[in-house]
Amino acid sequence: MTEPLLKLEGVHTHIGQYHILHGVDLVVPQGQLTMLLGRNGAGKSTTLRTIMNLWQASAGRISFGGQDITRLSTPQVARLGIGYVPEEMGIFGQLTVEENMVLAARSGPMDDKRLEWIFELFPALRKFWKSRAGTLSGGQKQMLAIARAIIEPRKLLIVDEPSKGLAPAIINHLIEAFTQLKRTDTTILLVEQNFNFARSVGDSVAVMDDGKVVYSGEMATLAEDQALQQRLLGLSLDSHQ
Amino acid sequence: MTTQVLEQNTGFKLSEWIDTRPHHFLLLLVGVLGFLAMVVYSWQHLAGIGVEPTLTAALGKAGSAWVTMTLAGLAMGLLIFIMASGMTLVFGLMHVLNLGHGAFITLGAFVGGSALAALSGMVHADSLLANLAAIALAIVAAMLVAGAGGLVFERLIVRPVYHDPLKQILVTVGGSIVILQLITVFWGPNEIPLARPASLLGSFSAGDIVLEKYRLLAVAVGLTIYAGMQAVINKTRIGLLIRAGVENQEMVENLGYRIKLLFIAVFMAGSALAAVGGVMWGLYDQLIHTHLGDLRMVQVIIVIIIGGLGSITGCFYGALLVGLLFNYLSLVAPAVADFASIGLMVAVLMWRPQGLIPVIRV
Repeated sequence: MTEPLLKLEGVHTHIGQYHILHGVDLVVPQGQLTMLLGRNGAGKSTTLRTIMNLWQASAGRISFGGQDITRLSTPQVARLGIGYVPEEMGIFGQLTVEENMVLAARSGPMDDKRLEWIFELFPALRKFWKSRAGTLSGGQKQMLAIARAIIEPRKLLIVDEPSKGLAPAIINHLIEAFTQLKRTDTTILLVEQNFNFARSVGDSVAVMDDGKVVYSGEMATLAEDQALQQRLLGLSLDSHQ
Repeated sequence: MTTQVLEQNTGFKLSEWIDTRPHHFLLLLVGVLGFLAMVVYSWQHLAGIGVEPTLTAALGKAGSAWVTMTLAGLAMGLLIFIMASGMTLVFGLMHVLNLGHGAFITLGAFVGGSALAALSGMVHADSLLANLAAIALAIVAAMLVAGAGGLVFERLIVRPVYHDPLKQILVTVGGSIVILQLITVFWGPNEIPLARPASLLGSFSAGDIVLEKYRLLAVAVGLTIYAGMQAVINKTRIGLLIRAGVENQEMVENLGYRIKLLFIAVFMAGSALAAVGGVMWGLYDQLIHTHLGDLRMVQVIIVIIIGGLGSITGCFYGALLVGLLFNYLSLVAPAVADFASIGLMVAVLMWRPQGLIPVIRV
């Protein structure tokens, strides 16, 4: 079993008077791409926001590389080497693509080789380098959001629903990009609703329901077991291809 | 109605043009309004002295009057901009409506006044350089004190109410009362005369054109501050962070930046800019008193609303419009000049409720 890079133990989250996470236990193994699946409202995005401490856990423990990060502030969590792409992407629309990237390269000027690698992953970014990010299409914005998160080496990349609202051709491009990212030994945690996407790139999987993780294991195992998919997600992967 | 007809007949969209080229539009507006006002004034003037007014004579007379009043209006507008720039900067990034901003204008005026009193040798020297150095040192002293005051104000007054606009209004007003009382304790309750340095008294004149020396200095300081702010906002990393923070604070934190430190720095800068405005306005009025800042806050709030809440460029143009309109109307229709800025604000709000150059947020 690979060492866990990120571990959530009995994490509860309240937002105002609402109790959203009811004791989440989640392990993200080092060097793997872990898919976090579940129906709408299961608590997937809340789990990611709780890891980043955008919403503070009311109980439980979150550890990253063995260090307890439960009470760290969001910037402190990010500075440990965690890149986060929220569901709404968080693009600074009034800044240019270049300025978005410059801001994300926190430790200094961007590394030219790494930037070239990103341009190979997402060629559109080179084309629109000097354009305002707000003028990009949805797919291009998603590419920028991911590029921004990886402009410096990260120990963990967390992405919330990267394929949401995108055309199939763009989704295939993202699948290719995540496949390449996996080859760089980047540990990735992805929330996704597109099961074809999930099966294409996922190594391990956790399924959430009603604020808890109800299943975790190998992605291949879930992909092959239609009865399990039906029980956990109310549908099978085949019906979504 | 006219705009609609224009748009239907030509396909030209005025609002879109303003959104894409706000600077061109505002400069054109200022130029046209100013020149029309001066033609009307000259017409009135010629009729008043018994000369049969003609358009040619009015245009000839208008030229010099236009230059004189435009400079006066620019100076007044830029003085308002200096005072308002800090408040709009703070609102733009932190979404804090600091109604205690006027207290920092007053604080700056008093600290600057004390510094000028301490530098009386330089102030009264028969040397422009020494005079300007005295004012520069007074401004630096005022900025330092107001910046430090801003740090304390942010920590004690503003930070607990970051996400509650109603409480912000109440506590910042309360905080300003405390600051003004402290000013009374240190400097006393009386008005204090503030003499301008000798070389900044009087005016330059060329024909019918009269340029007051101090107003030239106000224009220079205002333009320098505007250019400096634009350079910091558009050319530096801290400016990039501020622009990103205005749009999406949460994402700035996700990238690993501590936005609270940025908030403190911006609040201190805003307070320091208010202090510069206080020193400059104190020298303009040649009198400082504890209500100096509060009296200016009406104009400050008006230009911020006209320009678009949180917009530095909008604040700049809003202040210029207010300053120029006041000066032009002082000649053409003095009775309405005092209400001109409020009328302008109402007109802008009815036409563009978001202000002339609004800030776009996520």
